[in-house]
Amino acid sequence: MTVQEVGQPRRRKEDARLLTGRTQWTDNLTRPGLLHVMFLRSPMAHARIASVDVSAARGLPGVVAAFSGQDFAAEQGSLPCAWPVTEDIVIPDHPPMAVDEVRYVGEAVACVVATDRYRAADALDAIEVEYEPLPAVVDMNQALAPDSPKVHEAGNKAFNVTITSGDVEAAFRDAPVVIDRTYVQQRLIPSAMEPRAVMADTDGESFTVWSSTQIPHVLRVMLAVVTGIPEHRIRVIAPDVGGGFGSKLQVTAEEVLCLLLARRLGKPVKWTESRSEGNLTVHHGRDQIQHVRLAADADGRIRGLQVDLLADMGAYLMLVTPGIPMLGAQMFNAIYKMDAYQFGCTGVFTTKMPTDAYRGAGRPEATFAIERVMDELAAELGMDPVEVRRRNWIKHEEFPYTTISGLTYDSGNYEAATEKALALFGYDKLRAEQADRRDRGDPVQLGIGVSTFTEMCGLAPSRMLGEANYGAGGWEHASVRMLPTGKVEVITGTSPHGQGHVTSWSQIVSDALGVPFDDVTVLHGDTAIAHKGMDTYGSRSLVIGGVAVVKACDKVKEKARRLAAHLMECSPDDLEFAAGAFKVRGTEQQRTIQELAYAAFTAHDLPEGVEARLDSDATFDPDNYSFPHGTHLCAAEVDTETGMVKIRSYVAVDDVGTVINPLIVEGQVQGGIAQGIAQALFEEAVYDADGNLLTTTMADYLLPSAADLPNFTLDRTQTPATSNPLGVKGVGEAGTIASTPAVVNAIVDALRPYGIHDIRMPCTPERVWRALEGVRR
Amino acid sequence: MPRITVIVDGVTYEEDVEPRVLLVHLLRERLGKTGTPIGCDTSNCGACTVLLDGKSVKSCSVLAVQADGCDVVTIEGLGTSGSMHPMQKAFHEEHALQCGYCTPGMVMAAIDLLRDDPDPSEETIRQGLEGNLCRCTGYCNIVRAVRKGAQEMGQAVSTS
Amino acid sequence: MIPAQFDYERPASLAEACQALAEDDEAKVLAGGQSLLPLLRLRLAYPSKLVDVGRLDELKGVHDRGDHVFIGAMATHDEVMRSPAVTSGCPLVAMATSHVADPAIRHRGTFGGSLAHSDPAGDLPAVVLALDGVFVARSAQGEREIPAAEFFVDYLESSLAQGEILAGVKIPKLGDGWGFHYEKFHRTAQAWAIVGVAAAVRRSNGAITEARIGLTNMGPTPLRARATEAALRGVELGDAVRQACEQAAEDTSPPSDLHAQPDYRRHLARVLTHRAVRTAAGSP
Repeated sequence: MTVQEVGQPRRRKEDARLLTGRTQWTDNLTRPGLLHVMFLRSPMAHARIASVDVSAARGLPGVVAAFSGQDFAAEQGSLPCAWPVTEDIVIPDHPPMAVDEVRYVGEAVACVVATDRYRAADALDAIEVEYEPLPAVVDMNQALAPDSPKVHEAGNKAFNVTITSGDVEAAFRDAPVVIDRTYVQQRLIPSAMEPRAVMADTDGESFTVWSSTQIPHVLRVMLAVVTGIPEHRIRVIAPDVGGGFGSKLQVTAEEVLCLLLARRLGKPVKWTESRSEGNLTVHHGRDQIQHVRLAADADGRIRGLQVDLLADMGAYLMLVTPGIPMLGAQMFNAIYKMDAYQFGCTGVFTTKMPTDAYRGAGRPEATFAIERVMDELAAELGMDPVEVRRRNWIKHEEFPYTTISGLTYDSGNYEAATEKALALFGYDKLRAEQADRRDRGDPVQLGIGVSTFTEMCGLAPSRMLGEANYGAGGWEHASVRMLPTGKVEVITGTSPHGQGHVTSWSQIVSDALGVPFDDVTVLHGDTAIAHKGMDTYGSRSLVIGGVAVVKACDKVKEKARRLAAHLMECSPDDLEFAAGAFKVRGTEQQRTIQELAYAAFTAHDLPEGVEARLDSDATFDPDNYSFPHGTHLCAAEVDTETGMVKIRSYVAVDDVGTVINPLIVEGQVQGGIAQGIAQALFEEAVYDADGNLLTTTMADYLLPSAADLPNFTLDRTQTPATSNPLGVKGVGEAGTIASTPAVVNAIVDALRPYGIHDIRMPCTPERVWRALEGVRR
Repeated sequence: MPRITVIVDGVTYEEDVEPRVLLVHLLRERLGKTGTPIGCDTSNCGACTVLLDGKSVKSCSVLAVQADGCDVVTIEGLGTSGSMHPMQKAFHEEHALQCGYCTPGMVMAAIDLLRDDPDPSEETIRQGLEGNLCRCTGYCNIVRAVRKGAQEMGQAVSTS
Repeated sequence: MIPAQFDYERPASLAEACQALAEDDEAKVLAGGQSLLPLLRLRLAYPSKLVDVGRLDELKGVHDRGDHVFIGAMATHDEVMRSPAVTSGCPLVAMATSHVADPAIRHRGTFGGSLAHSDPAGDLPAVVLALDGVFVARSAQGEREIPAAEFFVDYLESSLAQGEILAGVKIPKLGDGWGFHYEKFHRTAQAWAIVGVAAAVRRSNGAITEARIGLTNMGPTPLRARATEAALRGVELGDAVRQACEQAAEDTSPPSDLHAQPDYRRHLARVLTHRAVRTAAGSP
């Protein structure tokens, strides 16, 4: 009896290489005669470029070339924005290297190409740039004022959207309770551990680009569009990629410019960013001001919700910049039933690094706002925050359920996840301790935060993307090839960078074809090998790419069935497939899939119409998003003397549908929770009034280490998705989405007796202390 | 240009280096030891951690000339051919890595931590790894892996 | 990530090192390099030459010299915090040193390098100031001793002259009845102290007879909380200690940065001083 692979905690196939240093990070790669590129970057947030003089740099030892933006003006095109969310959206020209004007600190204004990176760094010091300063535009509200300086000629408003469902006015009219809050989603720096790197080479006709990217396929198309180099002459390779979290879901200036440099010089070039360069120039995440109004009945039932966002685009619209807040548009209503909903969003230009996808992308922001407001509603009514949620959430027997924002949730069981989480957490006991500390006036107060979240993921049904005016589809592709010796090569269009696709896909294929786990290899991340794909982001890989693998296996089995029937002289209908073999029903006669692979290879005796290969291709395009959900609970201790917050315990019960590999699922949840906690407590990209980024290094932009986080207690419920044959829902973003509001709710819960109902993120000790000082006075 | 002698993963190298060359660049660019990656420029991330004369250091924070005459062990020098070091194995068993970029530094720091405390508590491990950042795992499994690696290294010592 | 060019010299003796420094105004001393290399990598410093004193035996080691502990400038943080001479003779130094950066940096970073860097946010300056350490500096002109109170001149500026090298620091041993604590307040384990408080407290028959308090990151140099020290003299543990610690921020000029404004730092100095003093006095 073969053990079913799906559901097993298989150790990862990816690990050995990564653990022994036999890695292929882009910066590890080299080519004969490789040249090193470095970029000179604007120290000004907003300025006209009066002149750039690279002549002194050109003369330095080891320097092969030096260029300014003017040198690329005719060929560099404009970096793409693939998601024009409205018809009248303003999409400014975005030259990879600034030519006339810079609009954020860090924008590239010149580059040097040298024989090694030390020479290149020296040459940067020799470039002279004259800037004529223009006023910085840093604050979104000020940017929208009529007298604000303009970031672009067309003004500072990129787009405006309003979506209404139900009678909002009626919902708020005479509502017994209206909660009105404004939350700030601070700007974040994604901080994947591997800094970006790009290498480009050419044989004179064709080009190969190696990049630390999440999206080799999208990048290939876009490089062709931007540079005019024909798509079939560009090959993009994503070698080992050290994390992304959305930050490598981008078509970057450096990728375009390295390709152009390889073409211009006819030589291989490589650029690797330093961390401080990356903090300035890897797209940032979040950065919204959220005005949220919620109307409810006296018993806590939600009547309506009104959301008005300002979303900071930064200086330009990059690949999916304007789409990020729109990914939250249908998520503010979350798991709750209500009569009316209105969502409004204004995208605003500022002289800062553009924002774009960061783990969760629009959905963490939405979840934060609604989960914070639910706690405020509970407090207003003197109700337990879990109870107020219970009164409003969709009950498990009500699925499938079409929400007020128009999504249809296929499945879920919020009751089960919440009950499990409350028990694991020891909710009642912690509430008792909280009451005791309050009574005693303990300087260290205890707070309990809850977050019952869902997300739409598995991006995405192509039809829905089309309706949202997104520039591409959301399908995924896979190929499965049976090799002559019975081993299996799987080619996936997803592009993993830490998610363990090689392992999970092997488990899926092992079950589907009845072959040993170790007999499966998975290839990815090279457009010459994985020729079709939509890449990895938005918790989509398993939900779409994994299902494509299943579909490809199904096709392989169908071919194999016809071949087996031919060889065993029976009807295909007489065959049953189990444990990797086709058996003639009621007999001992069988052919294993490996035998059939060999038979297809030799092709000595193939039936009519069966090709000499047991291979197949499939694409999968889902009908609907998937909707993982879960209940996260956080207990936080707040030192009211210093403002310091310490997380004492954290429980997460997630429902991600069917679990392919529990180790990988837990790892994703743990990492996601850590990132969400980091937003709540530690991280913020801070610009000063002149548009200078103050958090350019890891010494200033605080990322938590092991010493700053607790252990997390995880468990699961499993309500399989009905929208795909695997029943999977996606897990890449769940932890990040759920944890931020759980932590802030805990902090506010601890401080509520003091009359405090919000702390702005990150909830630094100083902010907590100031809030307390404000009410003590 | 100063000439230095340095042993890396058991091999002796003699190299002429500019004084400003960082040890990590010597390893990566000159000696092809790309198993040791670079994650930051402020000594915060610890990705480039190696053992220098038996103690953990951040190889971005040592000049190659300062390593003259020293013995360097990188992630590539752990274990024996075909067999991983118990700490590497423990990271694999406990799923203590995702993208793997911080992993070489994390493993080296973990091994160093056990020099002091062969049986560290969770708290000791968390404090001991404060100089190594991971963005993927949330550290839970790393802590578990270090506990497991410690146990296995302890057993290896007691049975040898 | 790439330092600018510089020359490099590794002198064989302290005398040669002093000579090399005296010859070149733009030369800098390279000790463990854990403060200097980050500055070089970010091109925030462009020294003409680095004089590497990291291998000079004259600067190494920790020595118990009866009434004081002499900590060689090139003793690494790791050596210092484990040295029996330090843990028994001046335990406050060991406590604070264990808070410096992280283990890998403590393997390279040196006691003398840290102090000569004179960063008021560093953990060691306030400790040496609180303990009335004496800095021993060498130059071509010979040796001179600088009391801690005169060593820290301004932000990142010590009273060492060009051509002068810190040889080590004498930390006077305090007698019986003393308790110690270093209280560091920071947002993450890696982050610099927003405020730190080094406290040495002597008790006799239940009352505090003497207290020494050094403040980290409460001004351009490390500071002593003199008013609190005076107010603590003779008080019993309890409310009087809290009251005395209310003066901890007097005469400070704390910086404003990403993590804290001055008024918050002053508040922290008062709260943390109280905590440090209570812990040092054995009353957690």
